[in-house]
Amino acid sequence: MTMLDTPIHLEYTFTPGIAQSRFLRGLAEGRFVGQRCPVCGKVYIPSRGSCPVDGVPTGEDVALPDTGIVTTYCVVNVPFAGQAIEIPYIAAQVLLDGANISFMGLIQEIPATDVRMGMRVQAVWVEPDELGPTLASVKYFKPTGGPDAPYESFEEYL
Amino acid sequence: MADRCAVIGVGQTHLRAKREDVSIPGLVREAALRALADAELTFADIDAVVIGKAPDMFEGVMMPELSLAAALGAVSKPMMRVHTAGSVGGSTALVAAHLIASGIHRRVLTVAYEKQSDSDAMWALSVPQPFAAPLLAGAGGYFAPHIRAYMRRSGAPDHIGRMVAVKDRRNALKNPYAHLHLEDIDMKMVEESIMLWDPLRYLEACPSSDGAAAMVLAAEDAVSGAYPPAWVHGMAMRSEPTMFAGRDQVNPQAGRDCAADVYRQAGITDPRADLDMAEVYVPFSWYEPMWLENLGFCPEGEGWKLTESGATALDGDIPWNASGGVLSSNPIGASGMLRFLEAAMQVRGQAGEHQVEGARRALGHAYGGGSQFFAMWVVGSDKP
Ligand SMILES: [Zn+2]
Repeated sequence: MTMLDTPIHLEYTFTPGIAQSRFLRGLAEGRFVGQRCPVCGKVYIPSRGSCPVDGVPTGEDVALPDTGIVTTYCVVNVPFAGQAIEIPYIAAQVLLDGANISFMGLIQEIPATDVRMGMRVQAVWVEPDELGPTLASVKYFKPTGGPDAPYESFEEYL
Repeated sequence: MADRCAVIGVGQTHLRAKREDVSIPGLVREAALRALADAELTFADIDAVVIGKAPDMFEGVMMPELSLAAALGAVSKPMMRVHTAGSVGGSTALVAAHLIASGIHRRVLTVAYEKQSDSDAMWALSVPQPFAAPLLAGAGGYFAPHIRAYMRRSGAPDHIGRMVAVKDRRNALKNPYAHLHLEDIDMKMVEESIMLWDPLRYLEACPSSDGAAAMVLAAEDAVSGAYPPAWVHGMAMRSEPTMFAGRDQVNPQAGRDCAADVYRQAGITDPRADLDMAEVYVPFSWYEPMWLENLGFCPEGEGWKLTESGATALDGDIPWNASGGVLSSNPIGASGMLRFLEAAMQVRGQAGEHQVEGARRALGHAYGGGSQFFAMWVVGSDKP
């Protein structure tokens, strides 16, 4: 014997904190809520309640649209334990319009070979009765068909 | 003024996909005994042990340092664990070196390991987070988008990644400890390997390895062993948050700052000219050109030209990863220490077939997390 599987589970209570709670409650209503730093003015989403650069609380909530661009991406073609999506799929960095930081999002409704840096995308939400305080409320992002953002416009987000 | 610190013993295990012949205690002891033998010492001569590995979840053994004390001769001696994700092997060596440089101890054993076959690191790196999207990308899925960004930013042609993949695997053929010994490796073989995380192919990614590395570090008055010591000329660690607005994920500030600090201590103004070789943490082929720029071996945007010119090959003017590097062996927690250890072996003239002729000053480098932890040292054959 070289390995023994021991199925175990652990129950815990997750406390997301004030800033992330606002973000998660926004998702439950089908909208994105970020926060602005009072010093540098950058908009974080999801916000952790403080600006890592300035070390100050980010108190001001900012409503963001569900549109943005793909800054960069990869095509995941490797199977591994715990994977919930059929390969190949696109894991992209999505920068919402008005945000100053990207987060990872799934891109669908486009062949993997057609995805581009700078491509405009929009969130596709789950059905209203399925919305919850989780990023799983966003099924994926799809291309809007609008013109790509020029590279220079998002270069600093890479 | 800090005390001088010397590397007087190095030891590593054979790095393999599965070391089924040993337990974790057996694995770390194997490396430690080799380092002690190199220094002509025994456990009794050691004042303290500093150990590092990747996060506990990788093997599912919590706080393994407690149960490894006996295997490392550390019972009733000071022992310390270091945690800095993939850079931990480097940080661990630096913590040990600080214990010498500060005058606290005279001889410190430092060890790092990973036993990936006891675990599923891909799973450990991809555990769903509460309230997060059910989108997991795996180990390479985090880095591949940044590689794509580098390619776009620098205009580097596709074949650069393949060149690094071939170069490091050819170097590994000269290193009996290396995990991958791909006799027939060439550009075509890399190009035909499966695409894992487009733009990253299977042979442009590191393997999963079992293995351990160990070093004995000593104060100037405690130097021993048959080989001349490798003297620490400079050491630095830096970190930055994984996420902040305006973060340069291709060329992180923490890496640049860490390099600047270690070069200043070592009196290096032009790393390409002043160093004889470098062992740099390159787990995916494209991180060679990216780190060539981050570490100041060339101007920004030109790392790929240095790789393409052959400058980083074993017979180039600044060989990178003569050992075969992380691309050829990746016992995660030990991978950073192996870079530090290989740099020391080179300046001690004990690297055998992959010895860079006349190497007198070398860089050891490690990074980890989301390119957020950096650890580096410069070692030399001359006393600083
Ligand atoms: Zn700020």
